[in-house]
Amino acid sequence: MEKVEFVVVGAGLSGLATALVLAEAGAEVLVVERGDYPGSKNVTGGRLYLGPVRSYFPDLWQEAPLERRVVKERLTMMAPTSSITAELSSERFHNPPYPSFTLLHATFDRWLADQASARGAMVISGYKVDDLIYKEGKVIGIVSSGDEIHADAVVAADGALSFMAEKAGLQESRAAKNYAVTAKEVIEFPPHVIEDRFGLENDEGAAQLFFGSLTGGIHGGGFLYTNRASLSLGLVLAIQDLMDKSGSDLPDGQSALSPHNLLEAFKDRSEIRPLIADGHTVEYSAHIIPEGGFRAMPRLVTDGMLIVGDAAGFTLNMGVTVRGMDFALASGAMAAQTLLRAREGADFSSASLSYYESLIKESFIWQDLKTFQNMPAFLANSRLYERYPSIACDLLEQILWVGEGPKEKLSTTILRTIRQNLLRVDVLRDLFMMRKI
Amino acid sequence: MSIEAKLGLDVFKIDTEPHIIIDHEICQAKCDIRYCLNICPAELYTLDPQDKVQVNFEGCLECGACFIACPYKALTWHYPRAGYGVQYRFG
Repeated sequence: MEKVEFVVVGAGLSGLATALVLAEAGAEVLVVERGDYPGSKNVTGGRLYLGPVRSYFPDLWQEAPLERRVVKERLTMMAPTSSITAELSSERFHNPPYPSFTLLHATFDRWLADQASARGAMVISGYKVDDLIYKEGKVIGIVSSGDEIHADAVVAADGALSFMAEKAGLQESRAAKNYAVTAKEVIEFPPHVIEDRFGLENDEGAAQLFFGSLTGGIHGGGFLYTNRASLSLGLVLAIQDLMDKSGSDLPDGQSALSPHNLLEAFKDRSEIRPLIADGHTVEYSAHIIPEGGFRAMPRLVTDGMLIVGDAAGFTLNMGVTVRGMDFALASGAMAAQTLLRAREGADFSSASLSYYESLIKESFIWQDLKTFQNMPAFLANSRLYERYPSIACDLLEQILWVGEGPKEKLSTTILRTIRQNLLRVDVLRDLFMMRKI
Repeated sequence: MSIEAKLGLDVFKIDTEPHIIIDHEICQAKCDIRYCLNICPAELYTLDPQDKVQVNFEGCLECGACFIACPYKALTWHYPRAGYGVQYRFG
């Protein structure tokens, strides 16, 4: 039997951030990763907002393998055969501090693991944690491949489907309505092709989010991020909606509303086709995302253990921005601060570790999740994905279309759209709901 | 692009032991809709001629969606043993 001060389960952003801060302070920390290397089991859409995490990791970013800094934000609303795209360019994006960067998880996590190792952490890949060890109701270690490793405290950083949180009784159930699934392709291009197609220079990048008919009425959307020499293109789909719309409407017994079929249909749209033409898909990945927000958060600490990152449900989908990696890094830093404080008094009880909860509550993580706690309910409205994008796209198409014969007055077109489509009880109710977000 | 072609791009280290086990008794007695057929991004779930759900665990992307979506808890779902399963090169 071995003994270390701290064991971290999982070498993702939250676990590695925890280990990095612990090691830097001179604590003995072991990170156990089930994949062949850090990041090998991890999936991201592809963007890290640095603004929220710079204060926790001020010196980390100069050498980090970030792909491109995002200088162009696009938001696309899709109807079945048309779409409207808004593009935000701003001088602020071109000057430091840069707000966000695209990244690839496997590349970034390996680098972050090296950073943690350089500060004295032990990161061991190829070991899966099978169980927790308890003594008098307190977590005192882990079991991996039959070996017991004891620790003063364990950090569960084992991701969205955290079996450690379940085993410790922190996550009692997982309702389908609190999870989404993402399916993503990484498509390779020479860097200059990406720059040409998106109107970028050098290491500049673009981020584009999509909502509307591409998800077939399912709560969710699409994303496109430019990496240095590839695009990350994918969908996020609410699992409960996918279940409710399950059926076999295609000849092969599958449904058109499956992650794979929806992603293929998305790639085939005229808005996407030219962006990915002649690219080589090099990887297909998928993962669940905890999207229940504030109201679905598990308990964060128990005697001898705390949970960080996706395992703690720290993600925020606001429809227009999607975040998780910044929460993961910051929660790891706060977990490490808590453990270092607990170490001084050699007290790893839940009372001592509850300091972590108070740090989280004072931080942007809790504040943002609380501010946007009504977002999941607001976004679970199929009119946002079917009716409204169609109304908006149809209206703009009518306004911009010049065909044979005379055009009607703009006010006539607009008022007819409002009268026919928007003077309805459900629309007014949706508008009223907007005050909550 | 077919799902088979997509999965062919990924690196898998295939275990001899399945990490997903279906409890056919529960599955057949309780579930009419078979949500897993639709939810799996790798489309690994199929119905056999006896109307039993089968899963090709070898192509599993380890996303966890089927486990979340099975309302009857008919799936025993673990991560593959260390050293096995998908190994993302990009993520």
